[in-house]
Amino acid sequence: MQDLINIFVKSIFVENMIFAYFLGMCSYLAVSKTVKTGVGLGAAVIFVMGITIPINYLLENYVLREGALSWLGSNFASVDLSFLSFIMFIAVIASMVQLVEMIVEKFAPALYGALGIFLPLIAVNCSILGGSLFMQERNYSTITEASVYGIGSGVGWFLAIVAIAAIREKIRYSNVPAPLRGLGITFIVTGLMGIAFMAFMGIKL
Amino acid sequence: MAEVTETVEKQVKQREPLFSKKNRKLITDPLDDSNPITVQVLGICSALAITVKLYPALVMSLSVIFVMGAGNVIISLLRNLIPNRIRIIVQLVVVASLVILVDQVLKAFVYDISKELSVFVGLIITNCIIMGRFEAFALANGPWKSFLDGMGNAFGYAWILIAVAFFRELLGSGTLFGYPVLEKIGVYSVGYENNGLMLLPPMALITVGIIIWVQRARNTKLIEEN
Repeated sequence: MQDLINIFVKSIFVENMIFAYFLGMCSYLAVSKTVKTGVGLGAAVIFVMGITIPINYLLENYVLREGALSWLGSNFASVDLSFLSFIMFIAVIASMVQLVEMIVEKFAPALYGALGIFLPLIAVNCSILGGSLFMQERNYSTITEASVYGIGSGVGWFLAIVAIAAIREKIRYSNVPAPLRGLGITFIVTGLMGIAFMAFMGIKL
Repeated sequence: MAEVTETVEKQVKQREPLFSKKNRKLITDPLDDSNPITVQVLGICSALAITVKLYPALVMSLSVIFVMGAGNVIISLLRNLIPNRIRIIVQLVVVASLVILVDQVLKAFVYDISKELSVFVGLIITNCIIMGRFEAFALANGPWKSFLDGMGNAFGYAWILIAVAFFRELLGSGTLFGYPVLEKIGVYSVGYENNGLMLLPPMALITVGIIIWVQRARNTKLIEEN
């Protein structure tokens, strides 16, 4: 249990997708003009990450990794399909996004109204594929750990986009030098927030 | 007499030359006026984390230039065959196959760099520049133009990447491509110290912010209206 909490906290604060790895920056910069849209996209990212990372974990451990196919019989024990992992992961992500979009549209129209336009954007959000690739690199030992990592990374991303959206709403009323307006100041503010987040480095429960 | 030769020339020109003015613009525009990183805000995801040192940044740039050029040509050749509804999946498959190719080549020939780039080679797949150019350009234009457009955008991405890596490596560890420049010049003996902050991830963002600042101060038509 402590392991899980540790992974969770670490993936939110220490290994924050935005401040430590710059993943998902494109949509982070494009959709953070107001807090409301930020919350919408952030929630969609948590959702999709929480689903795709466990699925990719199963795929990695029962299909792709060297020796992962041994459940098919001893002939398959030495098959190594790991070179296919990029294409498999992105296929899972793209199809899950589509599926989630359809399910949400059918069963929760209100949520669909809120998340609707953001869901297709997520297929090309680097943080989702990045999460899966980090999961592969770090060899989590159980599916629970992988899911906790997925949700934690999503929450970290959510936190980052909501924070920057709030700052951007305020900064609109300040006198920023003209060439820095908009994109430039957002970059610098993100950098400063990143420095603040580095204070969490080394935290261990 | 002079007029006659001019009209003849015009007729010849109707078959667009390979490097006509329009085509040259496809390459030069993304270097400055519509730079993918500083103006279109695309492809930042994988750009910043690998700019601590020049060498990985260079390898990353070359990979993106290859994927971008080849991918744009492939999509452009397929553009009349791809059903509109499933184009995203088709695009992803094309990019993913090219990226697998790059990844395997890097693993085979420069294993150390490949380890250093870790997941970021894979993340070229979701690099928004590539998908963005497929959507915005290659699906509507011929292969040669798409190739030029791909090259232009990839170079626009590459020069920012290399500029950021140049400053971070020079100020952060005092080297360029691993060669101890500052030590040879002798600035350490007068009390200069490396700025370790430049090696930390947040400084990549601030460096790009400053590049944007300089660029927009020079090129005032890019300034945003809040």
